[in-house]
Amino acid sequence: MSSSQLIKKFDTDFTNEVIEYGSKFFEDVENVRSCIQCATCTGSCPSGRETAWRVRKLIRQVQLGLKNAAIKNDVIWDCTTCFSCQERCPRLIPVTDVVRTVRNIAVRNGIMLPRHVQVAGLLIKYGHAVPINDETKAVRKEIGLSELPPTVHSFPDALGEVKKLLDGTGFTKLIEEASKGVQK
Amino acid sequence: MSKYAYFLGCLTPNRYPGIEAATIDLLRMFDIELEYMKGTSCCPAPGVFGSFDLETWLTVAARNITIAEEMGRDITLTCNGCFATLQEADHILKHNRDLLKTINGHLSKIGREYKGTSSVVHVIEILYNDIGPERISDMVVQPLDGVKVACHYGCHFLKPSSVRQRGNPENPTILEELVEAVGATPVDYRDKGMCCGAGGGVRAGKIDVALEMTRKKIEAMNEAEADCVTTPCVFCQFQFDMGQTEINNKLGADKYHLPVVFITQLIGLALGLSPRRMGLHRHRIPVKPLLDKIFA
Repeated sequence: MSSSQLIKKFDTDFTNEVIEYGSKFFEDVENVRSCIQCATCTGSCPSGRETAWRVRKLIRQVQLGLKNAAIKNDVIWDCTTCFSCQERCPRLIPVTDVVRTVRNIAVRNGIMLPRHVQVAGLLIKYGHAVPINDETKAVRKEIGLSELPPTVHSFPDALGEVKKLLDGTGFTKLIEEASKGVQK
Repeated sequence: MSKYAYFLGCLTPNRYPGIEAATIDLLRMFDIELEYMKGTSCCPAPGVFGSFDLETWLTVAARNITIAEEMGRDITLTCNGCFATLQEADHILKHNRDLLKTINGHLSKIGREYKGTSSVVHVIEILYNDIGPERISDMVVQPLDGVKVACHYGCHFLKPSSVRQRGNPENPTILEELVEAVGATPVDYRDKGMCCGAGGGVRAGKIDVALEMTRKKIEAMNEAEADCVTTPCVFCQFQFDMGQTEINNKLGADKYHLPVVFITQLIGLALGLSPRRMGLHRHRIPVKPLLDKIFA
């Protein structure tokens, strides 16, 4: 296949979707267009040493509009968001911000890891990703702290506020929908 | 006496309350009072919730910030994840009017408004900037002479530098200077700047990947003959402390047992705070070998 035929296969919808969505939150996301595959990002990536995660490949998929290849491969969840790639990119691409953006788009398409659905459920139910347990309650008491911390754990009205916000932003529904995909 | 609003987050109060006690007691020795922010939730964790839905992440973060605004205080915290979320949310909302409008629209439903009147300061910035290594050094009653310490900053204290705006993240020295202030010796080790493995939802979603990164870091610290690892991030602490036990369980052998102490716990030991009050006896990996070396 000649390179001109390859270029015909570019689908800029996904490229534009990533830039539009990401730019709502982050600066310079449009720089993703300028990636030259130098691999400074992948060379700096601690997770890439242990896994098949290649962050430069994701950037290429964004450029080429390969949406399914990007969001349906669960290696995107191997990134620890350490930001080493973003710090070092010579083209000033906010690489980790692009990762966060693509993950958001994956979730909107009903794609999540099963254990991430569980963690989201903890936030929705308790207002904490890591709620208190009996063991820590005992330690708190033993060292002279209140048994329950003065967080949403101690203030039901405050937890009510958080739940209302999670409903209001559509988060509760988003996770509900994504969890259906996970169960399939 | 200066005062900060203390944002607890999840892991400090719900898994390592000794860090909460150590930090409150230590800062009080320097006339800095930490006031609890009542009714706060998860920050929410940047790696998971920021990856799921950025608008929700910002909204819940902004609610937490409004609690400090009501108190009229700047915020401090003992977790790089909380720092990443609250500091970045504050940065974004101060620079992005469209988002500010959207987020305050959500907050108005619960009668709140983000105003941008509270700054977000990491507790090691209080130790280094407000107090300073010299004043800490002056208060030492139990010098940590001969104790070798592997410093682990955690990714999100300084990165992304465009948002944090706290200088070059490649070779920081704040932590080492604090460690030296109490008489201990920071050791160089392989891959010092590497992530603990927990962030970005990797611990939550793919524990084996996280643990392999943790194992490599602990190996490197052991090669440097460190007596302990210290960090300013409770999530990194959880990953190193709980992580070593999880790795040992996987291996079916008690291979890794490097004590893990938070920076305020380490300084607290040198300044005479009780190891028990700081919850050191409840860490997964016994801290006793370190205590034996200090109090020999």
